Parts: sequence; structure tokens; C-alpha cells
Amino acid sequence: MYNFFDQLIVTLGTWLVGLVVATGNSVSKICCGQTMGDAAAHNVAAGTEIVLICVTIYGVFALCFGLATWLERKMLARIQNRYGPNRVGPFGLFQFVADGVKMLTKEDIVPARADKLVHFLAPAVALAPALLMFGFLPFGRNMAPTDLDTAVIAFFAVGAGSELALFMAGWGSRNKYSILGALRAVAQMISYEIPLVLAAVPVVMIVGSLSTTQIVAAQGADGFLDVSGWFVWTPWGFAGFVLFLIAATAESNRCPFDIPEGESEIVAGFHVEYSGFKFALFFMAEYLGMMAMAGLGVTLFLGGWHGPKLLPSWAWFMLKGFLIVCWLIWLRGTLPRLRVDQLMAFAWKAMLPFALFNIFATAVWFYLPKTTLLQSAVAWLITAALVVAAYWVVSRFVSRRAGAPRVYRYAS
Amino acid sequence: MFGHGLLQGLIVTARNFIRSYFDPERLTTVQYPEERVKLPENSRSFPFLVYDGAPDNLRCVACKICEQECPPQCIYIEVERDPKTGKPVRRPRVFDIDYSVCMQCQICAEVCPFDAIKMDQVYELAGTNRFGGMLHNKSALLKSNEYYHQIHPTEADEVDAHLSQSRKKMPGATALSTGPKPPNV
Repeated sequence: MYNFFDQLIVTLGTWLVGLVVATGNSVSKICCGQTMGDAAAHNVAAGTEIVLICVTIYGVFALCFGLATWLERKMLARIQNRYGPNRVGPFGLFQFVADGVKMLTKEDIVPARADKLVHFLAPAVALAPALLMFGFLPFGRNMAPTDLDTAVIAFFAVGAGSELALFMAGWGSRNKYSILGALRAVAQMISYEIPLVLAAVPVVMIVGSLSTTQIVAAQGADGFLDVSGWFVWTPWGFAGFVLFLIAATAESNRCPFDIPEGESEIVAGFHVEYSGFKFALFFMAEYLGMMAMAGLGVTLFLGGWHGPKLLPSWAWFMLKGFLIVCWLIWLRGTLPRLRVDQLMAFAWKAMLPFALFNIFATAVWFYLPKTTLLQSAVAWLITAALVVAAYWVVSRFVSRRAGAPRVYRYAS
Repeated sequence: MFGHGLLQGLIVTARNFIRSYFDPERLTTVQYPEERVKLPENSRSFPFLVYDGAPDNLRCVACKICEQECPPQCIYIEVERDPKTGKPVRRPRVFDIDYSVCMQCQICAEVCPFDAIKMDQVYELAGTNRFGGMLHNKSALLKSNEYYHQIHPTEADEVDAHLSQSRKKMPGATALSTGPKPPNV
């Protein structure tokens, strides 16, 4: 019974592929008088599989995007003691449909002196990496869309493409706020890319593979519960997870790292000049990027699809991702936006050294013997002490620097 | 400790988030078309005509003081005439107020010696015709003394007391709200 639900989507996919191949065979029988050759059948099956995976990912995550916008508005509203959207559908659940229709019917304005081609391409370029990033995540048991040996690197490499899109948007709009937002976006995202990747390095060190499937497999444990192997329980894993969450927040331009948008400073940053569906695409790219980052965080640190066998594996993956998205919304409802120099200082002076210390602690963990329970406990404590010490040193450094009075040239 | 303030902030927002589901006092939003806040007693919008008992028994005697005093001149009154004798009777035949011109100054209500015109509290008055769409005639303006008591209770009590006193002095005057038509109709 459990296996049936666990593999429901896989079984469904296999059945559909078989159906398409069988249909192809009968069509070719009618047309050519014989069934497809083995090579042709294989190609048809592979093609169908690709189409199915794409359609499923786009469909599921586009719906998740809609629900995430609703969830975000609801949660922020409750944090501020409001109701939030509650008019369209039960609890306002269909608000995103109404928003989508509104976006589709709005006028698409292109500034007269904009670089039309770049301005037109930017939203699509923003959305493409956000969607591609899902291709590297194993959503459940036997449910990895691709199984690359370099999936983690590929994920970050594809994810970095969104910077280009933001810069294209800012540059193509020919608007001073746009270009300011774009420059901020590029500066921020390149700065936070480094701690983001360095936060993922310990996992790769321990697993010895860049493949997301193998990283998830390494976090599995026997038995019903299946939670003991998650990397987040180890000191370096926890530190890495925290670093990853912070850097992922910055990578997806979310509060408190939303200075590229900065409504109160530069209107809306790189997407000032976008309206209608192009704006919706940027919005979608931001949310899909956020969800993909949450998915990678789940894969790297929260055991991927592993979890107590009460729910199917894919449900565990989605649930964990949902919790990370909730955390990001909670953070947005709590923290104010950082100043640009604070943001940069935090990336280079706090996150980077701490990530490097964390890699060192991981190396220590890797070489400590962990055959008996006692040895494991000792290894855990030593690594934890290293991580805490690193945190203390970095925080002293950051606090001291942050305490220096800032001199304003014109304002004071 | 570094990061302590951040955690404190998160706790504050989490508390707000959770308590908003259990403590209805926190949600101050009024869901307007379904829920309404009772307007304060002293709030006012546009003038209306008070009648006692039946709509025919209105207090207005068509003295036209309000029409003359009205700064934006939004009031138009014609006196009713006796069909047989042609003499004017103390009663308006036409009483129009154009709400699109009225500036809600309450001067008409203050100058009226008969306490016949008072300020209403209606606010859902949107219309589609800007020329004459807001023109309210006598039948639209007439509202009962009970309604006046509902919206401005304190002021209405004072007015009632004042009116019944002055009517005691006048022999043959009718009691408030319940009496028959005035003799001059």
C-alpha cells in the first residue's frame, strides 16, 4: 500500500509512456504496415518522458507559485493582524487566478527609448533558469527528472543565469531606477553566490558526489522513521543549512535582501518599466527561484525525500519545501531591508569566513573515527565546538565593525 | 549574542501570527459591505426633512429661510397654495435639495426655526447621472422623527423637549409625533 502511493506518480508516468509507444506502434502499423523499430520506440519513449516531466514540473510548480503568492499574502497579513485576501473563493484561495487574469489583460508598456529586444527577452530569460533548476532535484524515490553526476554544480550554474536576466531588465528599460536596481542585483547575487556554494560544499565533501540523487541516498536511514541520516542534525550540516538559507534568501531577492527591488528607495528596481504579463513573469521567476532554492536546501540538508513512512516520499519533499517557503515568508514579515553596505559587509565579512570555517569543521568531522556510538558523540561534540567557536569569532568581528558610527557626508 | 535580536523579532511576528487566529480583538479590519461601524452621533452628511407621525405631517412651513441662507444655494422651495382661494398655505409644494451641490455645512439645520430640516448620516449615494442624479425631491428627503432619534439621539431629545415646550404655549397646537394634521392644511 505504501509503495503504491510512494510510486504512484512514477507508475502513472510509465503507464503513459507505454501508452504513447503502443499508440505509435499502431499508427506505424496502419501507415507503414509494421511496428516501429527498437531505436524508434526508444526515442518515442524518451521523448514522451521528457515532455511528461516538463509538463508535470511546469504544471505543479506554476500552481505552487500561485498558491505561494496567496500563502505569502495571507501569512504577512496575519503577522500584521489583518485578514489578507478573502474575497475570491474560499479563504481567498483563488486570488492568484484573479491576479493572473488581471496581469494578462493589462497593457504591455515598453518605454519609448528602451532597448526593445533586451527589454522583451529579459522576463523569459529570468523565468528559464528558475524552471530549469527544478530539473536537478529528486522529488521522491525514483523521481529525479535528471540524474547528472554534476547536478549541484549545474543547479548553481543555471541559477546564476537569473542575474543576467535582471541586468538585462535593468539595462533594457533605460530607466535610472531600473539600472540602479540591476546593478544592486548583480552585486548582491554575485556576492551571495559564493557563500551559497560554500555552504553546499560540506555536503559534497561528505557524500563525495555532486549528484543530488546520491546526496539524498547518503542521507537515508533504515527503518520506519528515516530521519537520523539528515545532514541538518550534524553540526556542520546545521551551520551549512543556516548559511544556505541566508544565502538562498539573498539569491532569490527576498526580504531582508530585497534591495534590488527596494520599493521605498528605487521604486521597484529592475522591473519598474515592466507591466502586465512581463511583470508577472518576473514575479513568477522570483517565486519559482525561491521554491527551487528551498528544494535544493531540502535535498542537501533536510534528507531530500526521506522521512517517516507515514507520507509518500514526494509528499515529504513537498512538505519540507513548503516549510522552508513558510520560513522565508516569516522572515519577510519580520525583518526590514538591509542597507547596501551592510549587505555586502555581511556577505564578505561574516558569511564567507564562517562558510570557510564550516568547511574546515567538516574536514575534521570527515577524518574523526565514527565507528562506535561514543566515537560518533565525541566527533559530534568536537565539530560542534569548532562551529560554535567559528560563529563566536565571526560574530565578534562583525559586531565590532557594525558598531562603528557611520558618517553621512550630506545628511548630518 | 550575535543574532539574538533577530530571533526576538521572529518571536514577535510569530506571536502576532498565531494570536491573530485566537484573539478576534487583534483583527481591527471591518469587512465593510457585510459589517459596518455605527457612525458617531455627531457625524453628518446631507440635510433631510423631519416629519412627525405621517409623512404628510412635516414640520416645514416653507418659510424659505434655509433656501436663502444656503451658501451653495442647493435648496429650492415652492410654497403650496390653496387650490380654491389661491392663498399660500404653510407647507412646501416643492422642496428640492441637490446633494451634488450641497457642501454639508449644516447652516440650513441651524437657521430653521421649526426644527424641520436636520442632517442625515447616509453615505452610500453613488449615482450614474451627474446632472440631476443627486437631486432629491421632497418625498426622498422626508424622514421620520423616529429615524432622527436613531441617528442623533441626544440632539433629537433636545429638539423634542424644545418643541413640546413651545407648543404648550401655543393654544391649539398638536402634540409631537402622534397628533393629527396641522389645522392649516
